[in-house]
Amino acid sequence: MGRYREDSNAIAQLIEPDRVHRDVYTDPEIFQLEMERLWSRTWIYVGHTSQVREPGDFITLDIATKPAIMVRHTDGNVRLLMNRCAHKGTKVVGDLAGNTGKTFRCPYHAWTYRTDGSLINIPLKQGYEGTSLHQTQTVAGLTPLKHVEIYRGFVFARLADEGMGFREYFGDSLSSIDNLADRSPEGELELAGGCLRFLHNCNWKMFVENLNDTMHPMIAHASSAGVAKKLWEGKPADQPKPMAIEQIVPFASDYKFFDDMGVRVYAHGHGFSGVNFSIHSSYSTVPEYEAAMKRAYGEERARKILGTVRHNTVYYPSLTIKGAIQSIRVARPLAADKTLLESWTFRLKGAPDVLLQRTITYNRLINSPMSVVGHDDLHCYRAIQEGLAASGNEWVSLHRNFDPSELEARELTCNGTSEISMRNQFRAWREFMVAA
Amino acid sequence: MSARPTIADIVRFVKHEARLIDEKRFDEWYELFTDDAYYWVPAVHGQTDPLLQNSLAYEDKLLLKLRIERLKSPLAYSQRPASRCLHVLQEPEIEKADHEGSEYLTRTPFIYTETRVDDSQRYAATAWHTLVWSQDRLRIKLKRVDLLNCDAMLPSIQLFL
Repeated sequence: MGRYREDSNAIAQLIEPDRVHRDVYTDPEIFQLEMERLWSRTWIYVGHTSQVREPGDFITLDIATKPAIMVRHTDGNVRLLMNRCAHKGTKVVGDLAGNTGKTFRCPYHAWTYRTDGSLINIPLKQGYEGTSLHQTQTVAGLTPLKHVEIYRGFVFARLADEGMGFREYFGDSLSSIDNLADRSPEGELELAGGCLRFLHNCNWKMFVENLNDTMHPMIAHASSAGVAKKLWEGKPADQPKPMAIEQIVPFASDYKFFDDMGVRVYAHGHGFSGVNFSIHSSYSTVPEYEAAMKRAYGEERARKILGTVRHNTVYYPSLTIKGAIQSIRVARPLAADKTLLESWTFRLKGAPDVLLQRTITYNRLINSPMSVVGHDDLHCYRAIQEGLAASGNEWVSLHRNFDPSELEARELTCNGTSEISMRNQFRAWREFMVAA
Repeated sequence: MSARPTIADIVRFVKHEARLIDEKRFDEWYELFTDDAYYWVPAVHGQTDPLLQNSLAYEDKLLLKLRIERLKSPLAYSQRPASRCLHVLQEPEIEKADHEGSEYLTRTPFIYTETRVDDSQRYAATAWHTLVWSQDRLRIKLKRVDLLNCDAMLPSIQLFL
């Protein structure tokens, strides 16, 4: 028995208004409790409806370390099921994606289920006559997730039966998903180009916090963005700037740039940096795309949509999005010191292919296991994971621009280099973690 | 040198290319590529499109230069301590020889090991070199590396496969 499971007060004491105890990053019991509480009681990103277009289409994944299936049922609705045969516990589906037709059949004893999880068939059924099988949950089939919400194609689930509603949980932070989807002249997105899967040997929160940590790029990325800037300096002004240079050089922007960018936080841990502009603001225009946007939305609204260029929006705790470059990064925690990061790219329906090419270029440059930007980030996360074992100081500072009045605010906008987004995340963390 | 490369020239070239990486002679390695060359590591098996499909790497000479210059920088924290790598190559096979177009395609299965003090990663891969012959020398137009587990969740791979 660990020290935290039965002692909510001990968990609450890990989070102070302006600093957190190291155990939140390193303790295996805390990780287990995070999966049971924070990651089960909040709305976790599962996938996108474009991954399961036709009845029978499915993907498999782990939600908060639990094996799951997202499938388009024969009635046309998206269903989420636990990937666990009701019989012996076998993962029923092994493939990462595919089409299963109308049923799932377990590879071990051929127990068969509809795509809503209900049990259709057990071989030699008469063997169960007179047993209590039919009084148990076994006959209910593959356990369905009851709390599923789809917002503009983004599928979220809450594992726990009791908990906050979707709208209440995300509130106005949903405006970042709106902006991403609105960037399609048809108002619709589809995942395209596959996924980059980057294994991080660090706690999931280090990655999520880093996305709105605007004090690190000019330091951690000096060797990549800084060098890129130097390589490009001195090129003739009329030489077209390659996409990659346009994308990587802004990481080397100075403190003032990131401070002026601004950050906004919402209740329950969500927030974004890039209120006023971001590292994506000065990309070359694509006239054909802008014309399509104007046709679809009218000039003023098109300008407003394209003028919203947020940096990273965190949908705490699992999803982070970059509307301005049509990509998302999804944290899939595996252990206290192990996290899978999935980076996905969207095609904006009705937009020219160059936009897809742009997000894929960005994804490869920044989010690939071979990314020179990613290497330095991960090096720092890992260095924290190891450094936190030191004795003498058990606390992690989140003091930058702390103001006690922020504790009362449900929505707050402040200077971009504030550590408000991390403090705000940990307040949500504590809220969901302390209730037994 | 003759008007066209011999099989031995091509095989020697591919082996030399791997050796330059292993010995971290990256500036010399960079010179092996044509100006319009690409270094490509696909993210899925059988990938045909580097632009509209995610890849682990798809780099022109500018981006290769960036990688090489970064590795020299004392600010490249992920290289403190530095990584080392070793390619163990199977004998390169010549898949296509277009003497008229002066273009050659080789296939080279290899085992790649990258270490950084206590961390060690090992990969099985196949390198496909598209080579061009001009002015009495071979150059790389495309080096494609098909990692056997390109779709696995991968840790940082910091040097060149």
